[in-house]
Amino acid sequence: MDWIALTLSFKLALWTVAVLLPAGIYLGRFFAWQRFKGKSLIEAACALPLVLPPTVLGYYLLVSMGGNSTIGKFYESLAGQPLVFSFTGLLLASIIFNLPFAIQPMQRSFEAIDPDVRSAAACCGMSPWKIFWAIELPLAWPGIVSAMVITFAHTVGEFGVVLMVGGSIPGETKTVAIAIYDRVQAFDTSGAGLMSAVLLLLSLVAIAVAYATTGRYGKRN
Amino acid sequence: MQSITSPDHHSSGLSVRLRQDGPISLDAEFACAPGEVLALVGPSGSGKSTLLRAIAGLYRPENGRVVVNGRTWFDAETKINLSPQQRSTGFVFQHYALFPHLSAVANIEASMSHRPPAVRAARAQALLALVNLDGLAHRRPNQLSGGQQQRVAVARALARDPEVLLLDEPFSAVDRATRQKLYIELAALRRQLQMPVILVTHDLDEAAMLADRMCILRHGRTLQIGSPVEVMTRPSNSEVARLVDIKNIFEGTVIAHEHERKLTKIMWRMQILDATYSPVFVVGTSVSWALPSEYVTLHRGSEASADNVVKGNENVVTGQIAEYVALGSNVSLGVAIDGIHDSTLIPLLHMNLPTHLANRHQLGLRVSIQISLAAEGIHLMPLEKPRLAGI
Repeated sequence: MDWIALTLSFKLALWTVAVLLPAGIYLGRFFAWQRFKGKSLIEAACALPLVLPPTVLGYYLLVSMGGNSTIGKFYESLAGQPLVFSFTGLLLASIIFNLPFAIQPMQRSFEAIDPDVRSAAACCGMSPWKIFWAIELPLAWPGIVSAMVITFAHTVGEFGVVLMVGGSIPGETKTVAIAIYDRVQAFDTSGAGLMSAVLLLLSLVAIAVAYATTGRYGKRN
Repeated sequence: MQSITSPDHHSSGLSVRLRQDGPISLDAEFACAPGEVLALVGPSGSGKSTLLRAIAGLYRPENGRVVVNGRTWFDAETKINLSPQQRSTGFVFQHYALFPHLSAVANIEASMSHRPPAVRAARAQALLALVNLDGLAHRRPNQLSGGQQQRVAVARALARDPEVLLLDEPFSAVDRATRQKLYIELAALRRQLQMPVILVTHDLDEAAMLADRMCILRHGRTLQIGSPVEVMTRPSNSEVARLVDIKNIFEGTVIAHEHERKLTKIMWRMQILDATYSPVFVVGTSVSWALPSEYVTLHRGSEASADNVVKGNENVVTGQIAEYVALGSNVSLGVAIDGIHDSTLIPLLHMNLPTHLANRHQLGLRVSIQISLAAEGIHLMPLEKPRLAGI
């Protein structure tokens, strides 16, 4: 069992969730209610990671974050080290490939809120901030929870993008999914089997939690 | 009656004047006094709900103004547009729009931010009692029946201590039996209300039952404002007559005014009819006239004439039944009046009868009958459009 890799995977997943929780709520809510030109295109761009092969996504991320890219140069001038093959680079990639997993369930749950309910809240004298906290957030909560759970599980399990952008540096970019691949390459099937079982269990629990929260939401309405 | 042509911004109550060309065309002007119930009535798509939303600040029209108790809530010219939060309206939505995750009492307390927290619970209980919902305070909306949800919505609207109460088709989402009960409750409740109440509905009977005045709307335009009886029996033009569901709308020519008998005589299909006294129409003018079907009765021969002491207050005409539709305890008759060459050109005269009466007189298709058109029911209106054919 590669504890360093497992810890790193969890650290990466937690950071990804921490960034995507507010960002996903903001963007999901924005896409749910705003009408503007080019909305479909932006929504499509956010959904791309769902259909692109992880290696393709990883390739573009590698190129755009590499030492010769603007982003790469900028980061290196600030941090004094390259962005690719670092934890920060990996986190950035993780945030991007998790965008649709975070935004879409949240967007759906904001869309499901009756516009009249928000109007009613305004007529009740509640400020927009109060409406957000007291009405929108509780009503969208099941979608937000399921988005976070799926994002977490998806980050722990991601392989292609991580390998392309992060490489396999122990303690820095070698996640549990990479570690399993390494174990198999080294003919250590028992090590790979144990870690695979842990990931299987984790994924099952995550999906079950996501289904349970959305199911409860469905019943309540 | 309130002035409807020039909203007075210093008076109390609500005055509304809104205009825009699109996307939803509006040309509406009305006022509502404190304690008065004004019904906005019109077919779907007539802009009723849009007007209500504009009063609440949920919709911003291009032109016009909304003034409540001397305070301007909206004025396109001076760019005043208060937010819904600043407006103090109680809004009951068509499907209630209760907060689904909050209990009945929490829904009500949610609109009490203007009161100190210490008094909210007691006030919420009082409102629950007012709408007959004691004991259900902690139920969530999905644990309440449609009628109970409507009561919570009314209590929540009143909890705001609103300057205007806005009801958007509040009875459309409940079954008939519940609706009857809620009508009675609202009729009782409104006596305790001090603010203007605007009731949006497409149901004429509902408006007639609950409102002091009604305002007929079509395509966002106010066509007529008046008491329910006035609007439904004395529509200002044929468009209103059709909207208040008067089926008998015909054309005729004014031939005389009888000042002493307070009657106007009109010529209709080679017959002379006594109509309501309308000296505004000069003799010789072509007019449209409307006759609500309750003023059309079966003529009962000599025995009936004895009831009508004053001769001439009814017009007796003969015709043949061309349409016979049984509607439960009533039948709806369409009568083709005799002496018309081509009856297909001219709409039938409609009347309703209790089924037992129709059976007793053995009425049916192609039976000839004598009917009486009450003069007081014949209401004259300006001719709708240039006459196409000489009738």
